[in-house]
Amino acid sequence: MTDTAYADLAPLLRRMSGDEKHDWSALSTLDVLWVLYDRVLRVPPDRLDDPDRDRFLLSKGHGPMAFYAVLAAKGFLDPSTLDTWAEFGSPLGRHPDRVLVPGAEIGSGSLGHGLAIGVGQAFGVRSRGAGVVVLVGDGELDEGSNHEAIAVAGRFGLDNLTAVVVDNHNADHGWPGGIETRFTVENWASAVVPGRDHDALHAAFTSSHPGRPLVVVADIDAELEGDR
Amino acid sequence: MTTVSTPTMREAFVHTMVEAIEADERVALVLATISSSLFAAQHAAYPDRVINVGIREQAMIGVASGLALTGHRVVAHSYAPFLVERPYEQVKLDLGHQDVGAVLVSVGASHDDPRMGRTHQAPADVALFDTLPGWSVHVPGHPGEVGPLLRAALAGTGREYVRLTTRSNAAPMPVTAGFAPVRHGSLGVVVAVGPVLDAVLAATEGLDVTVLYAATVRPFDRVGLRAAVGSSAPSVVLVEPYLRGTSAGEVAETLVDVPHRQLSIGVRRDAEIRAYGSTAQHDEVHGLDAAGIGRAVRTFLLS
Repeated sequence: MTDTAYADLAPLLRRMSGDEKHDWSALSTLDVLWVLYDRVLRVPPDRLDDPDRDRFLLSKGHGPMAFYAVLAAKGFLDPSTLDTWAEFGSPLGRHPDRVLVPGAEIGSGSLGHGLAIGVGQAFGVRSRGAGVVVLVGDGELDEGSNHEAIAVAGRFGLDNLTAVVVDNHNADHGWPGGIETRFTVENWASAVVPGRDHDALHAAFTSSHPGRPLVVVADIDAELEGDR
Repeated sequence: MTTVSTPTMREAFVHTMVEAIEADERVALVLATISSSLFAAQHAAYPDRVINVGIREQAMIGVASGLALTGHRVVAHSYAPFLVERPYEQVKLDLGHQDVGAVLVSVGASHDDPRMGRTHQAPADVALFDTLPGWSVHVPGHPGEVGPLLRAALAGTGREYVRLTTRSNAAPMPVTAGFAPVRHGSLGVVVAVGPVLDAVLAATEGLDVTVLYAATVRPFDRVGLRAAVGSSAPSVVLVEPYLRGTSAGEVAETLVDVPHRQLSIGVRRDAEIRAYGSTAQHDEVHGLDAAGIGRAVRTFLLS
């Protein structure tokens, strides 16, 4: 692993925007991504085709700057690539393309695709002892395709699958009873944690949940939200 | 006299899949309830790669994508409307955009069972694959062609659609990549796709035309069609058991530098046929029966 710190992300993010003043820590996915790549995922940047690697799927392809910054910080991307973001010929677009971005396991942007792909990958790597983590947004969960995938993962007890829901409180009609109940009714284990608390996120991601998939709802204070 | 029971295309599919699943641990099968009971033993024996997701077709294609991304050669299977139309965006993004291969095998071609009505008919399936890059399309005309086509698809890495039907020609044709010449004549070329071959042969009996047989229609055998036109006449009739004119653009591209005429015969685009009844009745409505094909071909070539 490249020895970088959380504080190194701000200059990387600045390379994509040129914005000196923006409070980058407000990006809703930044802390979740950092904790995953810094402390949870076994994904060596020099062995991107290792069949035993963990998989991270950014299903919510909107606002991928935090994802690109973390990939750069962890050695998947040359930081100079960030300067080309969204230009013709750049590998980095406003939605990520797995064919173009080293370390991106899926191309995403249209909402509601990542979780079912993650279910298929979880089946595919279960016997290898590898894990799959899929990041979805609370608004993204409106797409019915997620609920097909939630049911399938629960019924098959895919305990190498984790869904992390970054909850910006962005869904137009909300999730009465809490987002996690949409998963727990399908036999998922669940944890709801403050979305910027690195230790709490780490503890949730590494908790034991034999025979069941895990959902981690990372709650983001809407007042601070800058990533709509 | 012995009674020989001929397997259906669906039975040939199951037989070939079971063999492939047991022989090759890369092979995976994802189902959405349809045909699941036919693979009960494989579900039990290979739970990580023979998966029934229930009646959830979006998840079926997404799960197929995930398995493909972890190195599997994946087959997904259902009725054509639920395999191609309902999860069309998953086919576009989870397979094509992710740059992975898969084999999609449908049953319920066009009006295979008109008693089921419009909800179970997807004559636009092949046309939809034409909107997406990189798909091969196979339209077997006899159950005996299913095994060779499917085994070849499984041996590859690409995106393949195999369109099974309850309709059948009397005898299987050798499975070839290009169009197979069946008859030679001087008035023009009739391309018969899959199960319409027998009707085309009956319709053109005594007519001086070339007949080509296509069990694989994408990629479209432009070389074969050009050669056939070159040794016949630049009048082309397409007879396709799905949406009329689906391959008309392919013919036009093939003969871009050759003044030519073409006629398309297939499932009507201009109206939804709100009628039940039999396949024969629906063939007649669409002009896909031998009489209808014969009338259209004679009018086109002789008048």
